[in-house]
Amino acid sequence: MVKDQEFLKSKASYCLDLAKKMGATDASVTVGHSISETVNFRNKSLEASDRSDGLALSIETYLGKRRSSISSSNLLDENIKTLIEKCFETTKITPEDEFNSLPDKNLLAKQISSLNLYDETRFENDKKIKYLKDLEESASSNNQIINTESSFTENKSNFILANSDGFCDGYKTSSFTTSCVTVAKDENSMERDYEFSSKRHLFDIKQAIDLGNKAAKQTIRKLSPKKIGSEKISIIFDKRISKGMLSVFASAISASAIARGTSFLKDKIGEQVFADSINVIDKPDIIKGMGSQNFDAEGVNSNTLQLIENGILKNYLVDTYNGKKLNLQSNGRSGGTTNLYFEKGNISHEDLMKKNSRSLYITETIGHGSNLVTGDYSVGATGFLVEDGEFKYPVNEITIAGNFKDMFKNIILANDLEFEYSVNSPTMMIEGMTVAGK
Amino acid sequence: MSNFFNKSDLTRQDADKIVSDTLNNCDDGELYLEESKSESIVLDDNKIKSSNYSSDLGFGFRAISNEVVAYSYSNEISKDSLKNSSENLKSTLKSIKGTYNHEIPKSNKKFYEDINPIEQKSLDSKLEVLNKVNDFLRKKDGSVKQVTASFAGEQKSIEIIRSGGEALTDVRPLIRFNVSVMLEKNGRKETGVYGIGGRQSYDDYLKNDNWKNVCEEAFRIASVNLDSKPAPAGEMKVVLGPGWPAILIHEAIGHGLEGDFNRKKTSAFHDLMGQKVASEGVTIVDDGTIDNRRGSLTIDDEGTPTERTVLIENGILKNFMQDRHNARLMKTRSTGSGRRENYRHIVLPRMRNTMMLSGNQTQDEMIKSVDKGIFAVSFGGGQVDITSGKFVFNCTEAYEINNGKIGFPIKGATLIGDGPSILKEVSMVGNDMMLDPGIGTCGKAGQGVPVGVAQPSILIDKMTVGGTKL
Repeated sequence: MVKDQEFLKSKASYCLDLAKKMGATDASVTVGHSISETVNFRNKSLEASDRSDGLALSIETYLGKRRSSISSSNLLDENIKTLIEKCFETTKITPEDEFNSLPDKNLLAKQISSLNLYDETRFENDKKIKYLKDLEESASSNNQIINTESSFTENKSNFILANSDGFCDGYKTSSFTTSCVTVAKDENSMERDYEFSSKRHLFDIKQAIDLGNKAAKQTIRKLSPKKIGSEKISIIFDKRISKGMLSVFASAISASAIARGTSFLKDKIGEQVFADSINVIDKPDIIKGMGSQNFDAEGVNSNTLQLIENGILKNYLVDTYNGKKLNLQSNGRSGGTTNLYFEKGNISHEDLMKKNSRSLYITETIGHGSNLVTGDYSVGATGFLVEDGEFKYPVNEITIAGNFKDMFKNIILANDLEFEYSVNSPTMMIEGMTVAGK
Repeated sequence: MSNFFNKSDLTRQDADKIVSDTLNNCDDGELYLEESKSESIVLDDNKIKSSNYSSDLGFGFRAISNEVVAYSYSNEISKDSLKNSSENLKSTLKSIKGTYNHEIPKSNKKFYEDINPIEQKSLDSKLEVLNKVNDFLRKKDGSVKQVTASFAGEQKSIEIIRSGGEALTDVRPLIRFNVSVMLEKNGRKETGVYGIGGRQSYDDYLKNDNWKNVCEEAFRIASVNLDSKPAPAGEMKVVLGPGWPAILIHEAIGHGLEGDFNRKKTSAFHDLMGQKVASEGVTIVDDGTIDNRRGSLTIDDEGTPTERTVLIENGILKNFMQDRHNARLMKTRSTGSGRRENYRHIVLPRMRNTMMLSGNQTQDEMIKSVDKGIFAVSFGGGQVDITSGKFVFNCTEAYEINNGKIGFPIKGATLIGDGPSILKEVSMVGNDMMLDPGIGTCGKAGQGVPVGVAQPSILIDKMTVGGTKL
């Protein structure tokens, strides 16, 4: 069983009391406990089981404007005492930083509403095994599939965040995640693809048979890929990839990147950075949302933020420290975005596919080719050549490149938005990117 | 050396008994105990941004029978907790019986000292160096707009207890010093990053002015990029510089030669043993035994002493990298490549220091031989799709080559290639093999482990460069 609120609160207040007693002017502490159980399958039989049971503690102590932090997994009182002593000793010799402080008291979350983020259902390992058997049966039903690997993870977590200004709150969350990776082979090639489902509640997880089927189908269609020539072409990004564009955008508008001056979106508030049809929203209070939260990593209340309105940048993601640097109030985004999404567009997926007589549909990218300072983007890609709205043949060993500043202004979104993950996007088209191939 | 048996009611005798009792009817497994202490100090934006110290303690208990691995970890080292884990392992393996393999090779060699780099130097002395780095770079040139510098240090103590009570221990130091600088000139911003590290004390960077070399290199890379032009797009010849660009070898070849992917036949290399997979003159080894290197290990995380494993010899595929589990199932021996990020993770076959050995040509000869191509000197990260064999890596410093001469620097571009065929495209191997500066972390299945790479300059006849200029 995951540790209850009382246990975590008692550890948190022990830490705060001790830090105060040693002379810390302020302190904050997070105590968490998490239990995960995973079952792994391979080729329709049990491959591994994995149980993890982990406590985690992190403390920040302040002496005026001096601050340092420690973290540990050992919650024995004796160890905590040694660590807090060490932390406070370090704080004393760490230089002052005028922006160091706990969050403003009036911004702290006051009322915690239930977002239904915890499902206490216990899905025993035997049931996970049954689920994965069904999943792999369906994934391997086509004889081009030569290997299947799948897993089911159940996680239950609880945490308390407390600080010396009196904030003390936390809540339980759960997640159920299942994934399937399949390998297909024909005379020309061997290809891999995957499908997964991750939910707060067990009931919402995709059916095993559907998940297995989908993984297999997505893998088989990649067989016998071709390399295409280097050219400028319209690119359609599958939802898997288009949501990654949002993550890049989120990193570029974090107050830390802005304050350091290392973002291509610095000083762009009020300016057009996306096509004028684009709206981006970050909504923390979606019921059962994978990214939902009652408050951020500092205890600050987080409200829905419109980040992009009709293409115009409206807000950065602001935490206390970087907010003070930028002279902005925290908007409860210490730790980043919550449930981030593009509002859906007006065009159907089908019409987007037909919009150009020839385009490239990307299902996977590899490499870390996003430069947040310059906005340059260059990654390896896999996908399909689309002609007249249909997949003609699979394509691989190519790269796609552009600059986010231009790419964002040329985005067209389909109307197929679904809320599956903590970052969600409809299918996306960007015209005029460069493909490097043969 | 950590004593794991003075922390609670758990005695060594208890642990031995629970381990033997649990693993009796299994093919393999062990209790892995770990205590780590780490620090990270970061200067950013003219200030000490964070100083963090962390201590971690826990165990991972593993039992293996046939193809099934049962694993359980906890950060509470106690009799109850270990018994719970034991029950959990037994319930997974209840219907599968094995015969425990007690054999494990031994060696007295050590590749680093039992030190705690964090405690060896005062926090003050580290803060002082970081501040000097900041001042030095900001005074160096008006174009310097941002400086980030950091120290990271760690000491990890492990003990492996096998069925029958055999215990194996290791104490592993690891440090890292990193500098990142952003320049701005004529409205353009570019970043340069350089770092060094290894299994040693901080001494080398704190004494004399060694940190200055790191600053100069980061500044030089950023300056080069300020003048960069859009990279070409398409297939062309690529000359790779020596040292760190060997992450190409790591991504393109290394991962595909790890035992697990080959046992499962999901690697593009699984049926190529003994066959020609590279040009003649290409020899690649994975070596865990180089003193003080980031990827070196005295014993791996299963207790097997590490070794120098020949992967490819003169173009012929010779060996895969193995942990005990995959080695047993593939009827071969462990190469001491069983690694894990920490006690929270299962062991996987992983790389250590992966090196392509020197040939006899010079970098000059390579560049002169290229009509149109690029010369890649340094890289950011890379990634591979093991199954299709396709891999990428991102240039952080590269130049155009025109008519045998090095031309303009080019903007960060991704290079993409095909693992199983790329080494057949190597047409020249340089005589200038160099180790990387000690900065690599390899990710696999959500686990990061420190690794090293090395190579001489090489000429690749055909690779796709992912620029924007057609």
